[in-house]
Amino acid sequence: MSDLTVSELDKVRAILKREPNETEVGIFTVMWSEHCSYKSSRLHLKKLPTKSDRVLVGPGENAGIIDIGDGVDGKRWAIAFKIESHNHPSFIEPFQGAATGVGGILRDIFTMGARPIAVMDALRFGPLDDPSAGERNKRVMEGVVGGISHYGNCFGVPTVGGECVFEPCYNGNPLVNVFALGIFRHDEIFFGRATGVGNPVIYVGAKTGRDGIHGASMASSEFTEDSMQKRPNVQVGDPFMEKLLLEACLEAMRTGAIVGIQDMGAAGLTCSTCEMGSRAETGIEFDLALVPQREIGMTPTEIMLSESQERMLLVAIAGREHEVFQVFKKWGLDAVTIGRVTDDGILRVKNHGTVVAEIPNRELADEAPLYDRPHNTAPYRPAPLEVPASFSKDRPDRDFNADLATLLGSGDLCSKNWIWQQYDYMVRTNTVAGPGGDAAIVRIKDTDTSVAMSLDGNGRYCALSPREGARLLVAECCRNLSTVGATPVAATNNLNFGNPERPEIMAQLVEAIEGLSEACSFFDTPITGGNVSLYNETLGEAIWPTPVMGIVGLMKTAPPVTIPFKKEGRTVILLGGLGTCDQTRFGGTQYVKSVLNTLWGLPPALDMDYEKRVQTAIRKIVSEGHAESAHDLSGGGLAVALAECAMNGVGAAIDIKGPLRTDLALFHEAPSRILVSTSVPDVVERIARENNVEALRIGVTMKSRLRIDHNAVTRIDSPVDRFRGVFESALEGQLAPQHV
Amino acid sequence: MRFGVVVFPGSNCDHDAWYAVSKNLGHSAEFIWHDSSSLGDVDAVILPGGFSYGDYLRCGAIAKFSPVMQAVREFASRGGLVIGICNGFQVLVESGLLAGALLRNRELKFVCRPVTIRVETTNSPFTCSAAQGQTLTVPVAHGEGCYFADDATLAALKRDDRIIFRYVDNPNGSLDDIAGICSEGRNVMGMMPHPERAADALLGCTDGRVIFESMFQTLAVKALTHA
Repeated sequence: MSDLTVSELDKVRAILKREPNETEVGIFTVMWSEHCSYKSSRLHLKKLPTKSDRVLVGPGENAGIIDIGDGVDGKRWAIAFKIESHNHPSFIEPFQGAATGVGGILRDIFTMGARPIAVMDALRFGPLDDPSAGERNKRVMEGVVGGISHYGNCFGVPTVGGECVFEPCYNGNPLVNVFALGIFRHDEIFFGRATGVGNPVIYVGAKTGRDGIHGASMASSEFTEDSMQKRPNVQVGDPFMEKLLLEACLEAMRTGAIVGIQDMGAAGLTCSTCEMGSRAETGIEFDLALVPQREIGMTPTEIMLSESQERMLLVAIAGREHEVFQVFKKWGLDAVTIGRVTDDGILRVKNHGTVVAEIPNRELADEAPLYDRPHNTAPYRPAPLEVPASFSKDRPDRDFNADLATLLGSGDLCSKNWIWQQYDYMVRTNTVAGPGGDAAIVRIKDTDTSVAMSLDGNGRYCALSPREGARLLVAECCRNLSTVGATPVAATNNLNFGNPERPEIMAQLVEAIEGLSEACSFFDTPITGGNVSLYNETLGEAIWPTPVMGIVGLMKTAPPVTIPFKKEGRTVILLGGLGTCDQTRFGGTQYVKSVLNTLWGLPPALDMDYEKRVQTAIRKIVSEGHAESAHDLSGGGLAVALAECAMNGVGAAIDIKGPLRTDLALFHEAPSRILVSTSVPDVVERIARENNVEALRIGVTMKSRLRIDHNAVTRIDSPVDRFRGVFESALEGQLAPQHV
Repeated sequence: MRFGVVVFPGSNCDHDAWYAVSKNLGHSAEFIWHDSSSLGDVDAVILPGGFSYGDYLRCGAIAKFSPVMQAVREFASRGGLVIGICNGFQVLVESGLLAGALLRNRELKFVCRPVTIRVETTNSPFTCSAAQGQTLTVPVAHGEGCYFADDATLAALKRDDRIIFRYVDNPNGSLDDIAGICSEGRNVMGMMPHPERAADALLGCTDGRVIFESMFQTLAVKALTHA
């Protein structure tokens, strides 16, 4: 049954100074799996910035914690947030895989003592119109969205945003990355530490079954044709149980009788016991016979490795257990003392009194193998660098109205309303700006602070250059936050890659991490934790390198400045200017993907200094109330951004001039650009000047039409309704069953 | 005015209702735990949205057996004001305090979005401060909000002017566009849209306030006439 390598088994023997038994091998296998130990990525993750004045807790705990300052109650407040992937389970069983992905990350947040107030999801599927996999991709997507909806809605946390992108590389390996954020006061923070020798170790929540056994190791291997037989490895979620667990845990924490708490996620009881002991440099001794079980005849290995959901492990102050039990009884949940904290640093597992495993906690949790996987090669590229000859000659007679409609109806850019409407994005009445904006905004009651959140990934850019792509996505997330007026303060990342044992994949990972590191340092957004998901391959074919960033920003609570133009006759300003792009750097754009159906070249060039100045300027413009609308340019460039601004019925007459070919001018994706409509253009220009960035007056808003002239030729001219129709109906149209 | 917000295991709009009534509208509100057999000294009861008891078996089907619902029944029979929102509406229907049933949405999917509802009568303690025919923008968020009743029940609802709100843009397939109804005594109302989510200007809409304001108005008049 062991997935340990020969050398890893030797290391186990050296730690134990004897042969491990079957249970111990199982325990080492999950703890030293890629999923739990980050053995291929740890060496490189050390390069990421993790500190700032605001970081209260960085990587290594269940979630990172950021100080957000004083509330109106005079107390200091904080936020906890993290992102986690549930990619493999979501392909095998989309509904439950995604649902338990939400459940897992929520527990990571409330185990720290924070109440979850927002969730976002980054989703990647194969195209819905893929000739061979399209129907399956639809089922996977419907299942995943249904699972997130089911779990988040019932639990009572709003799903306030995210993104959803389609590429053939995700046909056999969808990505489901879930971000969650919670709030609390500084004096409410808890850690997963088993302190106090003699203190009782208490198991709370759902009973243990056989579900999810070896989930962590399944998530650490490639997909093969046998993978579908692993459906029993996917856990089943019960959001009602999790809601009770949340309320009971937060209430029990308030008794003051709890010294440490950790959820049972990947590798279940094994991971929670050894990590809590390791962090506190203590041992834990417990008896499996005391663990609440819902199946009979489970072996010690099965109980230790079960990934049954909605379970927590906590350590209480000896003599005050009854205070904890009382709270859990009120909420109708199991709470049982299963063991004690010891002083010998050993994880000692008994079964009806007989020792079945005896392993030093620290070595098990922290001495996992560390691999410097070879990466001395160029990152794998799925596309040529050269510009195709068919594109390099000018294409002046294109119908750009049609091209724009194609883009707005493409899976990546079209309205995701079909998804958002299935999520309760308003519960808890904090959602100031929900899904569909540049960033989601959630106010924090009892303070005058709001948190803005942006989740972003760009596998297409990263496939062309992992390093540049990673930098671009950090810049994009920070720009999203700045566009709504928030200052970016911290980040979490989810690194989705293929098999790290292949040097050209490992090279992608290393380059991306270094790019993230550079950009996160530059934009002052330390990474406080995250997740690495490797082996995202099916039948030997890797996904594109897909790092996903979740970045949070802070702002004063205020009505939001949103994307749509509000009034006619307002000046439209392109902050940051027209930007520039050559044909090579046009090859990764949405235009090339959706209109030309190909890919080449490099991602757009990023000038981080300029980007930062643009962001400083827009934050001032928005927070001081000079913008009626604001929207950053992203996929599809200027033309798509303008169309998005026009979706509520107020369009614009735009006139741009410059040396670029028209297709490039309209659709290139150079960063550092934001569209603003304003009644005080002089003020916007002054703020731009003060920050040494361009602010170009490109037109005026008008009723119900969008017209774009380039070098005095009208290239786009259409009723806004036409674009809105395509934009809003595209996803549902693609999901409808195809009758061939 | 004291509002009691009932908390079932799995209620998740309890805090939102409490916040709307107390912080947005400035009245006092307290929580009532589901195993409490008394409501205490409250003037009106809110059954909030959420997934009471996980909505297992059927939405609201288990909640009707809780001790607090016995107290709510007695309170209602004495003429006390009871508003059930979303899951609270489902609980009221399952408990027999309101007529009809709430089925899965026509599209078989959860739907969360602002909808427009029309005030069909101002002859209720929940709409007396609104204007007849006034439209309100209030969010819905439910998977089982498709109102259904048999012909006789529907006829009675119409005859007695007990249809309080209709959807202008029916999001769930409800019979006759019904979004909210009241009891024969008119003091118990259920509605699928969430007025507590439309009570804070920061969140973009305050159309839901008129429902709570009507309740305050009703209670204030009652207090005056009894004084």
